[in-house]
Amino acid sequence: MKAGATPAYALQGIRHRYGDRTVLEIDRLEIAAGRTLGVVGPSGAGKSTLLRLLQGLERPAEGEIRVDGELFPYPAPLALARRITTVFQRPAMLDRSVRDNVTFGLRLRGKAEEPVVDALLERLGLAPLARADARKLSGGETQRVALARALAVEPDVLLLDEPAANLDPAHVALVEALIRDVQARGTTIVLVTHNTHEARRLAHETLLLLDGKMVEAAPTAAFFESPTNARTRAFLAGELVY
Amino acid sequence: MIDDSLRALGDPALLNIVFLTFRVTGLALVIATAIGVPVGAAVGLARFPGKRLVTLILYTGMGLPPVVVGLWVYMLLSRSGALGSLAWLFTPAAMVLAQTIIAFPLVAALTMSAVEGVDPELRLQVRALGATRRQSSWIVLREARIGLTAAIVAAFGGIISEVGAVMLVGGNIEGHTRVLTTAIVLSTRQGDFGLAMALGTVLLLLALGANAFLLQLQGRAR
Ligand SMILES: Nc1ncnc2c1ncn2[C@@H]1O[C@H](COP(=O)(O)OP(=O)(O)OP(=O)(O)O)[C@@H](O)[C@H]1O
Ligand SMILES: [Mg+2]
Repeated sequence: MKAGATPAYALQGIRHRYGDRTVLEIDRLEIAAGRTLGVVGPSGAGKSTLLRLLQGLERPAEGEIRVDGELFPYPAPLALARRITTVFQRPAMLDRSVRDNVTFGLRLRGKAEEPVVDALLERLGLAPLARADARKLSGGETQRVALARALAVEPDVLLLDEPAANLDPAHVALVEALIRDVQARGTTIVLVTHNTHEARRLAHETLLLLDGKMVEAAPTAAFFESPTNARTRAFLAGELVY
Repeated sequence: MIDDSLRALGDPALLNIVFLTFRVTGLALVIATAIGVPVGAAVGLARFPGKRLVTLILYTGMGLPPVVVGLWVYMLLSRSGALGSLAWLFTPAAMVLAQTIIAFPLVAALTMSAVEGVDPELRLQVRALGATRRQSSWIVLREARIGLTAAIVAAFGGIISEVGAVMLVGGNIEGHTRVLTTAIVLSTRQGDFGLAMALGTVLLLLALGANAFLLQLQGRAR
């Protein structure tokens, strides 16, 4: 899924429902390989749901998702599933040490512990906590462990759900610098965030979801400087939009 | 009275009884765990129509009166029963079978609720990190290890203290199918309270030792 001609993802005619409520309606969306797509939108817009579909954890009620041009199969074969990783909005820690949580994905793949684990712990300021019980961490610490845990497996596609929501400004900078390094490696990233500034800083393209629908999708500069949709302008101005 | 019981404790016959108690209950527990944990985990993790019914049956099974199980096994193993040809009636094998049936729903139902108590979000996240189905089930079991220990402990407590079933299908034959509980019943009936008390103490100590061992295992499974 390195940058190339085929998009990493192509979504077509997606409808996703919980019960009889449609929470996601996306007629067409392409996510370019090796690029970062920012997804913004108010609470309940369907952002996390979109990530669950991209990870293959749920199957859309209608429509198709293609990955590298191939239809996403359900259940996804292991080789495909292992190229995609999500950092969840509310990360769940295993009842083990911080270090064991970060090593977890590598262990699943039968790999020995790699230097990447120490490097990640170090970079995210987690080294002093390496032996701590991961269930007893603060919100921001948990979030950083979750990011380290996902990056340790070096995925081709990284799905980030509010990765900096619980962090202080210094740690936000730390996390964003790390995300930039991952971008430089050619990883395809979908970055869900409430924080429009964060999308502006990191995303190549930005997309606004409102009530499950795509309202505007554009290169990030255009999205923020000359949004075409009145509701995008309202959202960016900090108004409540539905 | 105390002298009597002390003398009895040194008796090789008592050792025999203790050994058989351990063998029967231990084997039944191992079999019930080997079947009950996977079944309980599968029911707890899966979503299928009829799950509530299966849950109801397992919960009800937790309260099965041992005598009733003893009766079923007795009928099954009696000469005209479906498994009569095994000639297991009044042997330790029959007692193991009865105790396995008593222990199974305890292990399965409590495993099920332990597994259901693990945050479903954790399972999803483990899958998103690249776990196979088998790996994620294993992780969930590990996360549920305290509940799993409780399941095994409860089943052990249920069968080591049980008298109705082993009495019926074992027959309390001296040197052959007599275990601690049935020996206590017998010596109490014969008015030998000292011996009965001593046997009761041995039973408690056995339970204490076994539970200490199980707790140790739980701690190490981290
Ligand atoms: N498992 C579910 N069952 C039923 N409804 C759900 C489920 N998951 C999400 N929803 C509903 O779908 C809608 C979209 O949820 P989603 O979590 O995708 O929103 P979001 O954009 O991520 O919001 P936030 O910014 O608050 O995280 C919400 O209205 C939510 O209540
Ligand atoms: Mg969300």
